[in-house]
Amino acid sequence: MINLRIDDTPVQAEPGQTILVAARGVGIRIPTLCQVDALSPVGACRLCLVEIRNWNGRLVPACATPAQEGLDVVAHSEKLTILRRTILELLFAERNHICAFCVSSGHCELQDLATELGMDHVTFPYRFPFLPVDATHPKFGLDHNRCVLCGRCVRACSEVEGAYTWGFSGRGVATLVEADLGDPWGASKTCTACGKCVQACPVGALFEKGKATAEQVKRPEILAEVTERRPRV
Amino acid sequence: MSKVRLASVWFSGCSGCHMSFLDLDERLLELASKVDLVYSPIVDIKEYPDDVDVLLVEGAIGNTEQRHLLEEMRQKTKLVVAFGDCAVTGNIPSLRNPIPREELLRAVYGDGDIPGLEEGDVPKMLPQAMPIHTVVKVDRFIPGCPPPADRIWTFLQALLAGRRPELAGADLRFG
Repeated sequence: MINLRIDDTPVQAEPGQTILVAARGVGIRIPTLCQVDALSPVGACRLCLVEIRNWNGRLVPACATPAQEGLDVVAHSEKLTILRRTILELLFAERNHICAFCVSSGHCELQDLATELGMDHVTFPYRFPFLPVDATHPKFGLDHNRCVLCGRCVRACSEVEGAYTWGFSGRGVATLVEADLGDPWGASKTCTACGKCVQACPVGALFEKGKATAEQVKRPEILAEVTERRPRV
Repeated sequence: MSKVRLASVWFSGCSGCHMSFLDLDERLLELASKVDLVYSPIVDIKEYPDDVDVLLVEGAIGNTEQRHLLEEMRQKTKLVVAFGDCAVTGNIPSLRNPIPREELLRAVYGDGDIPGLEEGDVPKMLPQAMPIHTVVKVDRFIPGCPPPADRIWTFLQALLAGRRPELAGADLRFG
C-alpha cells in the first residue's frame, strides 16, 4: 500500500491508483469533466488539478497522476477553486453553451460544475463561434456548439466499442470531433450506432434524436458496466 | 426606515424573468411594504429616476437604445443586478451572434428598407447581443432561465435585510 495525504487526511492507495481514485476512497470529491470510469485518463480538461505541497506546489491533474508514497496533496483551497472556475469560464466562453434550450439541461456535467464551483457569470469575452450541427445519423446528433472537447466520445468509441469512428481534427479552439476522416456521421462506415459515445458525452453535444430540451439523460456508467464484465486478459 | 427604491428593466429577453418575479405571489405583498417600485415594465413611469437603490436588468443588450439606457441607469443606480440568463450570458438573444448582423437582417427582412440596420425609427441593432456586464459594471448576478421565484426571493430577502446578497450552491444554476 502507498501512504499519502490528501487535504491533510491520511490516505492509502493501491499501486497504480490515481490521486483521484484515492481521494474518492476517503470521500474527498475532486471536480472532473474529461474523466470517466472505464476510459483511460487523458488529463485534458484540467478541472481536477490538485496542488502537491512537497513538489514545490506543483499542479497536477488528479485523474492522470498515480498516487505516490509521501505525497502531500491539496485538493481544495481558495486558489484551486479560482483556478478551476477560470478553466470552467474559458470552457463556457469558447463555444455556444446556452443551457436554456439544451437537451441536456438539468443533466449536464458542465452545468453542474458551474453550480459546484460557484460560477455566477463568465468574465472572459464569449467567442460566439459559428459551428455546425451534424444531424445526418439516423439515431443520434452532434452539436459542435456544445462540445467541450473532453474526448470521452473518442475514447469510448476506441477503447470500449473498438470501432475507432471518432477522432479529432484541427488544433486549439478550431478542434472538432469528427467521424471517420471528416465524413458526415450518417455516412460513417465504421460507426456501429451503439450509442456509447452519446452516453459518455458529459454535455449536450452528442444526443439521441427526438429528445427535446432537458430530456436527454446520459448514463456514462454503462461504460464501466460493459468493461467490468469482460474477461481480463 | 425609508423604503428601498427598486427598479427593473426589460431589454432583449422574453419577459420570463419578470413573470418569475410575479410568481413571488403573496410574497409580493411583503415586498411592497418594503420597497418603492420606481421604474419597471409593470409600472407606468417613462423616465428613469435618480437615486435608485437596486435595478434588476432582464435581457441582453441588443441595440444602441438599450446600451444607452443601461449606461444612464448605471449612473443613477447603486446596485445593478443581472437578472436571468440573457442579462448574465446573452442566452437566447445571443444565438444570432455567430451570424453577421447585416446578413441576418437581410435574411429576415429581404431587400429594401431594413429596420435596425442603421439608426432610425428603430434603434440600430448591435453586431452582437451582449451580456450586460460587457457594457457596464454589474454588482450581482442571478442566473436562471428564468430564475425561479424562490431564488429571486432569496436574493431580495438578503437585500432587504441589509445584507449583501450572495447566491450560492443550487441558486447558481444556468438554464
